[in-house]
Amino acid sequence: MPRTVAPWKTERKLLMRAEDRTNPKYGRVPSERPAEDYMQYGVINLDKPAGPTSHEVAAWVKRIFKLQAVGHGGTLEA
Amino acid sequence: MTGVLPVTLGEATKVVQALLYSGKEYVCVMKLHADASEEQVKRVMSEFEDLVYQRPPLRASVKRQLRTRRIYYLDFLEIEGRNVLFKVGCEGGTYIRKLCYDVGEVLGCGAHMQELRRTRAGPFVEGDAVTLHDASYWFMEWEKNNDMKLLRRFVRPMEDALALIHKIYIRDSAVGAVCYGACLTAPGVLSLESDIVKGSLVAIMSLKGEAVALARAVADSEEIMRLEHGVVANVERVLMPRDTYPKCWKSGERKK
Repeated sequence: MPRTVAPWKTERKLLMRAEDRTNPKYGRVPSERPAEDYMQYGVINLDKPAGPTSHEVAAWVKRIFKLQAVGHGGTLEA
Repeated sequence: MTGVLPVTLGEATKVVQALLYSGKEYVCVMKLHADASEEQVKRVMSEFEDLVYQRPPLRASVKRQLRTRRIYYLDFLEIEGRNVLFKVGCEGGTYIRKLCYDVGEVLGCGAHMQELRRTRAGPFVEGDAVTLHDASYWFMEWEKNNDMKLLRRFVRPMEDALALIHKIYIRDSAVGAVCYGACLTAPGVLSLESDIVKGSLVAIMSLKGEAVALARAVADSEEIMRLEHGVVANVERVLMPRDTYPKCWKSGERKK
């Protein structure tokens, strides 16, 4: 049985079904979002220190950056 | 434990489900409880590649039932006395502590996880992770002088978290409906990644590269390409605020 390949090691191919243009009047390229939106729709690739739990670190981020909500992508605990 | 911990901010927290089940990579020090040769350790470790069975530990906040997890790769790095250094790539939710314990059992001498560092969580890698120390410094500098370059040093757009999720790119005219929770239908699809499997999680994207919604594919890539009409994906989580793009239907009128 072939072994499962890690998702970051697979090659991606894009299949084209149709072509169209996008209207610059609506929406925004993600990297050009204005500051408040950029943070509200942002992710931090954080290097977690030893000691606090992942949940505690996320709570610190919420406090320091004055956010209403935070989440994290997988618990890293002692 | 230290290492890569993606922290989603505000509305971006909606993409957390895409990250939890995405792959992870760790560098680990396993301490053996008796001496063993390098060949013995390598041989036993090779038996753990691919599928493993694990029951979550007592302190985990998940249901403690036996479940399978995939080990993508288990690379022995070096051995020094009873310390074994290795790198492991695995599915989200794999307990490396249990892996070390089980390797010890098969070796016969027993072993435990001595130290762990996560080097990858989904698309996020150790190389560009920032410390909370640096992030808060840049945040304070940004609050002072409003230079976006400072924000960009430690915040990434939420779309970066979806880099490993299969994508479907749609027309502007379909974006409005999807934001209101409508299923994605064939005419709205412009392009899509190959290898989408029926039932898998996909990210619906605008041509500007904005994440519109997370959805479940109703068919494989090849079939979606062939479809003239009908549902292609069912929306699970809308990510883009409504009315970013105009609704392209009028209420009361029948769509042709």
